[in-house]
Amino acid sequence: MDVEILARIQFAFTIGFHYIYPPLSIGLGLILVIMEGLFLKTGNRIYEQAVRFWIRIFALIFGIGVATGIIMEFEFGTNWATYSKYVGDIFGSALAAEGIFAFALESGFLGILIFGWKRVSPRVHFFSTIMVFFGSLFSAVWIVVANSWQQTPAGYHIVGEGIDARAEITDFWAMVFNPSSVDRLLHVWIAAILAGAFLVLSVNAWYILHKKHLEIARPSFKIALTVAVLFSLLQLYTGHRSADGVSHNQPAKLAALEGHYDSSSRADMYLVGYVDNKHEKTMGIKIPGGLSFLIHGDFNAPVPGLKAFPPDERPSQVNSVFQFYHLMIIVGMTMIGLSLLGTWFWWKKTLFDKRWLMWIFAFSVLLPQIGNQAGWFAAEMGRQPWVVYGMLKTSDALSKMVTANQIIFSLILFTLVYIVLFALFLFLLNRKIHHGPVDYGTAEHIEEGTKRDNPILEHDPDGIYIRKKV
Amino acid sequence: MHTFLGIDFNTWWFLVFGAVISGYAILDGFDLGAGALHLFLKKEQSRRIAINAIGPIWDGNEVWLVIGGGALFAGFPVAYAAIFSAFYIPFMVFLIGLIWRGVAIEFRSKEPMLWWRKTWDIVYCVASIIISLSLGLMLGNVVGGLPLNKDHEFTGDWLFFFNPLSVFVAITTLALFMMHGAIFLTMKTENRLYVKMHLLANNFTIFFVVSFVITTLYTLLYVPHLSDFFKARPGYFVIPLLMILCIANIPRQIKRGKYRYAFLSSAVTIALLLVMVALEVFPYLLYSPQNPAASITVYNGASSQKTVKILLIIALIGTPLVATYTSFVFWTFKGKVRLDEMSY
Ligand code: HDD
Ligand code: HEM
Ligand code: HEM
Repeated sequence: MDVEILARIQFAFTIGFHYIYPPLSIGLGLILVIMEGLFLKTGNRIYEQAVRFWIRIFALIFGIGVATGIIMEFEFGTNWATYSKYVGDIFGSALAAEGIFAFALESGFLGILIFGWKRVSPRVHFFSTIMVFFGSLFSAVWIVVANSWQQTPAGYHIVGEGIDARAEITDFWAMVFNPSSVDRLLHVWIAAILAGAFLVLSVNAWYILHKKHLEIARPSFKIALTVAVLFSLLQLYTGHRSADGVSHNQPAKLAALEGHYDSSSRADMYLVGYVDNKHEKTMGIKIPGGLSFLIHGDFNAPVPGLKAFPPDERPSQVNSVFQFYHLMIIVGMTMIGLSLLGTWFWWKKTLFDKRWLMWIFAFSVLLPQIGNQAGWFAAEMGRQPWVVYGMLKTSDALSKMVTANQIIFSLILFTLVYIVLFALFLFLLNRKIHHGPVDYGTAEHIEEGTKRDNPILEHDPDGIYIRKKV
Repeated sequence: MHTFLGIDFNTWWFLVFGAVISGYAILDGFDLGAGALHLFLKKEQSRRIAINAIGPIWDGNEVWLVIGGGALFAGFPVAYAAIFSAFYIPFMVFLIGLIWRGVAIEFRSKEPMLWWRKTWDIVYCVASIIISLSLGLMLGNVVGGLPLNKDHEFTGDWLFFFNPLSVFVAITTLALFMMHGAIFLTMKTENRLYVKMHLLANNFTIFFVVSFVITTLYTLLYVPHLSDFFKARPGYFVIPLLMILCIANIPRQIKRGKYRYAFLSSAVTIALLLVMVALEVFPYLLYSPQNPAASITVYNGASSQKTVKILLIIALIGTPLVATYTSFVFWTFKGKVRLDEMSY
């Protein structure tokens, strides 16, 4: 295989893996803020226990998010050296801002969030929780801005020629607020909040099904359900805004998202379908003229199709782009339906008696994860063959001196490491969930153990005592 | 070229980058060092205390690496591209080390079984050692220079990285971090563990001094261009002199039980070491001894003046913010480690 394909696989694999965790952190962050806020307001210990429980899970998720994120930052340099030189002027400032404004905030206050219960007042602790949440929101800002810039470049000019060509900033704010960044940022934020909300829903649904920790599970479920309803509806709107933006800024991508080939005719909107790229045809269940209507408010207005673009300037994997995009939308609709259904039964006061519904919720954690991955794959594969839209081709963006063998070596290494990591993550998450949000022993007990240098009984954070040889 | 206080923007950004790297070495240095010596602690309780000593802060320390990477990418994209594609293999090893170290700290406490904890102790310790060594190895190669072609691309193979200078620098880095980490743990522990850390701190100081002297002698004898700067400007010899005083101060303060001063001395030692490195290499970011014209400097490797200016503004706004909440967090966790039910 050639270096380009390998480098792309490696990038997609490592970022896809990274992107399992940040959305969970962002979404859980919001839930933590809500729960701890309720605790401070009402003084109800139930909320405190719930917060403590979710902070432990948060720490686990966060740890893997950080470990895999650091890989991402340097992968631009290792595999995409030409790209890095080309966009460094623009991209770098976003990445640097991210480090200073977001990660430092997040990681700094995380220490207080996890270890600080005894050391700071409840208010300061709550403040730290909010800071961690803000930090994670900000981490999304800069990276999405950078990615949006390469989708819809603005505020720059090109200097140099051929291999020395590179983009230079002319207007910082035009770069930051490039045509797609606001829409995409909102879309990504909401997708992340949904990831967190559905995790909480699914764990609590599982407790309710097994009649465990009910006094904590029920209120937590309701909090998460409220978040889920609001944000899944909002997501429909931001998704529409994104699609509208794509139709203006990246017409070839839009055509690929809907498998639309013929520029002269009206554009259909498919619910499900299949794109035959060889014969340039799309089949499936469709709303005739739906896309034309969404974009122009007219079912018969023509929309530029893929045939309008030279073959080397349109995405080659049209079917994949189409499928990922539709998968995301199906997932979005399912989440809306599910959370509305839940709210309906909540209103009817029969929510927790519907075991079938609880079973669906128990598995619903997968929905936003699928939606997130599918959304990015559609957006990024739809951008091909450009790495910087309309300016730099992916095939020109590589590191010249990196060989296929080096990439294979690191790809195998990453695959192995990530498989083990993922297995351990699931194992620990599972154990934590089984252990549940119960009290974690008293502090005095442990203090005592620390004072003696050679304790016989050791206290473990999970409330289990282990016997140790003296 | 724009200037401020008579110094051009590119040089300012080089200084900022250097400051971030020093911050990283000083901060992550002590938790990497604490990790590297982890297996010297034998009891589960001691290991737990050592992990909890760095628990709330190590992640914040590591962010300095992220900021450093961003600072290099942003200000000197050509150097970023050249350095990380050249150091492909060592850097991947370094990154995998970072992954395992992070998760080892996180996972260790999550299960009570002794075999589980011992496994993660080993992962944690070995990963910390590998990270420190590979950092040192890369630093050594940057200082010594790499063979580059006219497009600033590395033309050697990975065996090149193991040249004697870089290997010495790698070992010195490990020793430095272990000393720094041991002193940090001395501040954080009590009773018998404290006595043990005290002893270890002394031993690692000796380890560091020996490897530092060997590296310096090797540099003076075989890589003379590195000392050109100091030979040409004897006034600057105060810096190595100051550093020697700092190093000598460490065992003295340890003996007096003033481990905070000892820690401060080793932090200053690290900073001065990096100041010396910066003086030796400036204006080069990546020097090519075989083909000096292909070297990357702070001028031919930099972003546009406008970007550098934006970066300086970002740094000006960001630094006080980061400093404020970092000190708040450190202040919150000052003093000896106390385990409670949320501890790892
Ligand atoms: C700011 C930069 C940036 C950001 C935030 C993302 N990406 Fe990306 N992505 C790139 C910058 C990039 C890139 C460096 O520009 C790549 C590498 C090769 C390419 O064509 O674009 C790329 C490629 C790429 C590909 C391969 C496409 C192909 O080869 O056909 C996939 C599947 C993803 N990315 C997925 C993601 C996901 C799941 C992200 C969410 C976290 C994500 N990207 C965020
Ligand atoms: C190529 C793109 C990306 C790069 C280079 C990158 C880089 C990083 C780095 C270096 C870290 C660790 C920071 C630390 O030490 O605390 C990290 C963590 C994180 N990243 Fe990414 N990241 C990328 C994509 C994304 C995206 C698209 C999002 C969100 C939408 C995101 C959100 C986060 C968050 C919230 C964290 C904190 C850890 C966590 O919550 O799991 N990242 N990332
Ligand atoms: C329900 C209707 C939805 C519509 C109409 C929609 C529309 C879109 C469009 C057009 C894009 C491409 C934007 C671009 O390339 O610039 C996109 C990207 C994306 N979508 Fe959706 N989306 C919907 C729901 C969802 C849901 C439910 C999720 C996840 C939970 C999600 C996650 C994403 C992500 C992560 C991206 C990539 C980031 C981006 O490009 O903004 N979407 N979406």
